[in-house]
Order: sequence, then structure tokens, then C-alpha cells
Amino acid sequence: MAIPRIGVFICHCGTNIGGVVNVPEVVEYAKGLPYVVHAEANIYTCSEEGISAIKKAIKEYDLNRVVVASCTPRTHQPLFRNACADAGLNPYLFEFVNIREHCSWIHMQNRREATEKAKELVKMGVAKARWLEAQEEFESEVYPAAMVIGGGVAGMSAALNLANQGLEVHLVEKEPELGGRLLNLNRLFPINKAPDELVESIVKAVESHSKIKLHMPAVVKAASGYIGNFDVSIDEDGQETSFKVGVIIVATGAQVLKPELYRYGKLANVLTHLDLEQRLKDGELGEFQNVVMINCVGARIPERPYCSRLCCMTAIKNAALMKEINPEAKVYVLHRDLMTYGVEFEEYYRKAKEAGVRFIRYTPSKPPKVVGTKKVKSVKVYDELMDMEVELPCDLLVLATPLIPNDDNEELSRMLKVPIGDGGFFLEAHVKLRPVEFATDGIYVAGTCRWPADIRESVAQGYAAASEAAIPLRQGLVKVEAITATVDPRICKGCGTCVLVCPFDAIELKESKIRGLEGKIVAEVNAALCKGCGLCAAACPNRAIQQRGFTDVQLLSMVNALSGKR
Amino acid sequence: MKLPDTKEVQTEFKPKILAFCCNWCAYAGADLAGVSRFQMPTNVRVIRVMCSGRVPPELVIRALANGLDGVMILGCHPGECHYSEGNYLTRRRAHVLKRLLSYIGIEPDRFQLRWVSAAEGAKFSAVVKEAADKITALGPNRWGDKR
Repeated sequence: MAIPRIGVFICHCGTNIGGVVNVPEVVEYAKGLPYVVHAEANIYTCSEEGISAIKKAIKEYDLNRVVVASCTPRTHQPLFRNACADAGLNPYLFEFVNIREHCSWIHMQNRREATEKAKELVKMGVAKARWLEAQEEFESEVYPAAMVIGGGVAGMSAALNLANQGLEVHLVEKEPELGGRLLNLNRLFPINKAPDELVESIVKAVESHSKIKLHMPAVVKAASGYIGNFDVSIDEDGQETSFKVGVIIVATGAQVLKPELYRYGKLANVLTHLDLEQRLKDGELGEFQNVVMINCVGARIPERPYCSRLCCMTAIKNAALMKEINPEAKVYVLHRDLMTYGVEFEEYYRKAKEAGVRFIRYTPSKPPKVVGTKKVKSVKVYDELMDMEVELPCDLLVLATPLIPNDDNEELSRMLKVPIGDGGFFLEAHVKLRPVEFATDGIYVAGTCRWPADIRESVAQGYAAASEAAIPLRQGLVKVEAITATVDPRICKGCGTCVLVCPFDAIELKESKIRGLEGKIVAEVNAALCKGCGLCAAACPNRAIQQRGFTDVQLLSMVNALSGKR
Repeated sequence: MKLPDTKEVQTEFKPKILAFCCNWCAYAGADLAGVSRFQMPTNVRVIRVMCSGRVPPELVIRALANGLDGVMILGCHPGECHYSEGNYLTRRRAHVLKRLLSYIGIEPDRFQLRWVSAAEGAKFSAVVKEAADKITALGPNRWGDKR
């Protein structure tokens, strides 16, 4: 390794850093640190001027390491890495020091100590930089096909979108029929139409598409691999089938809660909205005169705190329909809060009120009570506005229950190594900025398996996931950040501890093919599978396995710099 | 008889604390604390690692043996690890590490494990304050002196 020549760039960030930290003092301090041959201050290191200053200094001082002390690597690391690369320096010879979020912004009242802290942080960064090594990013080919799991409206939209772009799609549906939840619905809000026409047109397009290979009824049995290169095996109608895909879209949907409340399942005239829609669809509802609907059944409670979003609109839809079928009927909706966001939904609610549906607000501390032993005869509810309990005659009680996660989410989560969040739904990579991607590259999510969503939203998410998934498929190559693990086969004893701790099955014990070590059993890392968590590096009892960019000596040198040891 | 101690002469003891933060949750939470301008004690220094599970126990011991007054590991909440299960490994190691620290004569509270999500800037600030208070109460780390 050439003798390190480190350049340090300290950013004022206008007054964001410079207003608290004495930047010139930190620059002077940095100049005295080991292997530092150049240090300077920039008003904004991320500006055109700052970037040119870095590039110029790399040439002028023959720098082979660059340290920038400014904001956070989570936003600005790519920019400074690229600046290094532009100046001919390997981008992995760059180290970031955070003196804004982690210093000036949180110590605004204590300039002296903030300056001392900034110095120490720079010292730690320089200590690590001395041990940085050039890295090559691993490139791997992308197999030009996608798998979409779930043949509901989200999955079909995603599959069609990809197929219409000319990409191969495997669509895996566990039921013997495409359409998902839509098949059970009687009519859709706010258009008040039966879903049949809509479902038929999409199903027909999917079934007749030459680029879509349908697997039905089929479940995913195993999936391994990484972006661009997944091996999938499915059980299709009792037969095992395997194929290769480059990306995966999860659109497995959700189920409707069957509650253990309000005597559901015990009294014949207590239904969920889904039951009601099925009966309406089959023409089996029969006569009714007094309908009561209760919202938020099993939702927005401590055990299940989330709002399922769709139930308010579903209740309004079905309440209005009851009035339409029997204008003489009395229809009450008991609700906690009505969520009818947007222009169309609020209008829909207003129309239901005009049609004669009565809305009564109940409080969770005094929930409605069901009266009747063989059948519901009436429902008692405390009306907050009137401050009294009212008794509503009832021959049909309909419960609005939330969508809940599918039972097989856990299994799929383990298989694909994608996370499940609060409440058991799949968890996207970022709640705002990456809503249809998983943190695992090459796997995407759409529809109600992520969160309760209506048809319009599910279709939009299906399209969004498809367009994200099409990026690697079209590029044909993916790059993997070079923070992967690497094994020194001379030190490795082949104990397999790393194999056990690796969450991505990226490490295997293999016979070494290296000259002089032929036949020795050692750990081997598949760089394309490795996500760079470093678990193996911490677990290796022989320190034979290291994580690029976070090696033991790099971390130790930071610890030593902080504690004043060498 | 009380042994003379030079460190005690200092008027106010401010411990030096090292915090390993995982890139995805705790480090992002620390960033958020900064963006939100939550003011904090100045004595915590962050080292970014990709996962809390990257931190070998030896490194924590090394830091304390070097004379640092406290070491924190901050990771994603259980069940929310970016790498599925890295923080479970951290949690298991922490139990053993605490007992080992006590065995070799270092107050186990000098090591603190905390979970902070990327959305919990306020919590990051709170746990840092809490840890700083706890470690301040322990006084300077004299383990190195005793050897």
C-alpha cells in the first residue's frame, strides 16, 4: 500500500456548521493529524466550487485518500465519491465525517465543546481513512424475466404493465381463478358498478398475453438468489416447477377480519360487509327492514391500532344500497370517525345521507350492545350528541372489519428475506420515498399486502412497482456497493460460524481452489448475494472474514483515535 | 484511607462516550435529531456501521480498556432490522457482554444497548441523554488504572 496522503475538506455549510464550529481551528487541527498532507475549509463542499476544490487538491497534492467533514453520508456520500472518481481516485478511498447533524446542529449553545467534538470526529475519520482500500463494484447480469406473486388487481396490473413493455412475466396465483378480492365484491365505490366487467377485462388481457406465463393454482415454495438472479420453485397444482427471474413483485393481498365481537358467527343475522356483499351477489340476502352497521370492529383498538381506510366507504356504499333496495328500510351506521377523504368520497357520503342513511357516532369506551338471544333484535348505543342511550330495532347487523395480513406473510417474508412491519403487513424500504420497493434489491411490493388500499390505489401501486422493477430488467446489469464481506482463506478454519449468522445465505463452505490451499474447507462469499451487513465479520472467531469499508482495523483505528491510543 | 485521584480534581466530570450506530435506523435517527435541532450532551461520538450486529464485543471491551467512559450500540428495533435478524444477534451478544464486563471488573452499565428507528429523532436524543447521565453517575472509568 502506497503511503497514505490524506486530504481533509471541512465544510462551513454556510452558517450551519461554521456558525457553531470554529472551522478554521478544525482545519489547523486536521493539518497536524497523521498522513494529512492537505486540509482546507469550503463554504459549501457540495457546491460546484467545493467539488472542484476536491478534484484540484487530489491532483495538486497527489492525494490518495479524501475525507470530507460536512453533513451526512446518507445523502451526500455518492456526490463526494463521484468527485473522487472524476479526479481518478477510487471512490472507496473516500471517508465521510458528519459534523452537522451529529455536531453543530445539536450543540448550538456550546461552541467550544462543539469545536472540540468536531476535531475528534475528524481525527477518527482520518484514522479510518488511512486504512481505506480501493474497491471494485461487483456487476452482475439481470435475468430478463419477472415473477409477480398474486393475481389480484394489483398483481395483474403489475404483470400487464411489465408484459406490455415486452418483458417476460411469471404470474403466480394461489387460487384457481384470477381476480383476488374483487371476485367477492358486489359493487364498487364510488362508481356503484358491479366489479365483473372490470375484472373480466383485466383477466382477459392477462390470460391472452403472450408474455405472461400463468401459474395457477400455485404457491411459491422456495426462492433464493439476488437482484437479477433469483431461482424460484413453485408448487403448481401439485407439481413442482422451477424457473429463473431477475425481479420479484409481491402483491399477495390481505384478508378480511372475522371478528369475535357483537356475537358474530353465533347469531345468524350478524354479517361482515364481505358476507353481505357475497349474499347480495348470490341473491340470497332476503327481506330486511331495520339495518344497523357498526364501523371500526376490531380496528383502532390497542391490539390492532391501525385504520383500515376502506371500511368507512364500504359501509356508506352498502348502507346506501340497502336504502336503494328497500327505500322503506331504516339504515343506521354507527361509527367512531368517518374517513371520507377527497372530493368524490365526501360527495358519496353526502348522497348517502340524502338517501336517508342515519349516522350515529359512538365512543369506544361505550361500544354498541347487541340485544337478542337467537337473532339480533336490536342494538343499544350511547349517542354522544344526544347524551343518551338509544335502542335501534335491528334485523340485520353488518360489521365493518379491517383488512388484516395474510397468514402466509411470515413464510413469504422468510423466504424472500423481506421485512414485515407493524401489524403484520409487508414493510416498504421507505415510507415516503420508496413506497413500492423493499430494502432488498430487486423485490417490490404492491397492493393490500403492504397496507389496506382500494382498487385505484392497488392498480397505481401495481404500475409503480412494475416500472421500478423494469429498471434493472432493462439495464441488464446491476452494481453492488462494495461493502461486501471477504474471506482470507489462509486464516479461515472452515468452522462455518459465518454461514450460520448470514441472513442472506451468501456464504458457503467450499473446498479452496487457491494454490497451496487446495482441498482446504474454507468459507466463500457470494458477492452478489452479500448485502454488506458485516454480521459475519463480527462473528468470525478467527477474524478471517472482513467487511470491505468496515474492517476490524478501520473500526479499531477509530476507537483508538477517540481514546487517544494508537 | 482514600487513594489520591487526579481525575477527581476536575470540577465537572464529563464522560467520553462512543456510540456505534447502524446505518439504517439509529444513524438515520441521529440525523433526524440533528435536522430537528434537538440539543444534546456533547460527549457522544458516533461511529457508523451498516448493522449493529457488525460490532464485535472485543471492540467494545477494547474501547473501555482504552479508557473511554461508556460505549453504546444503537440499532433498529427488534423485528425491524434492515438485514432481517442482525439486531437479534446484537441483543444476544449484549447479554453475554454485560456479564463478561462485570466479570472482568468493568461496570456493566458502561455498555448500553438501545433501539432507535430512523423516525425517532427525539428518542435518539433522549437515549443519548439518559446514557450520558447513567455513565456520568458511574464516574470516570478507572479500569485501565487498576491494572
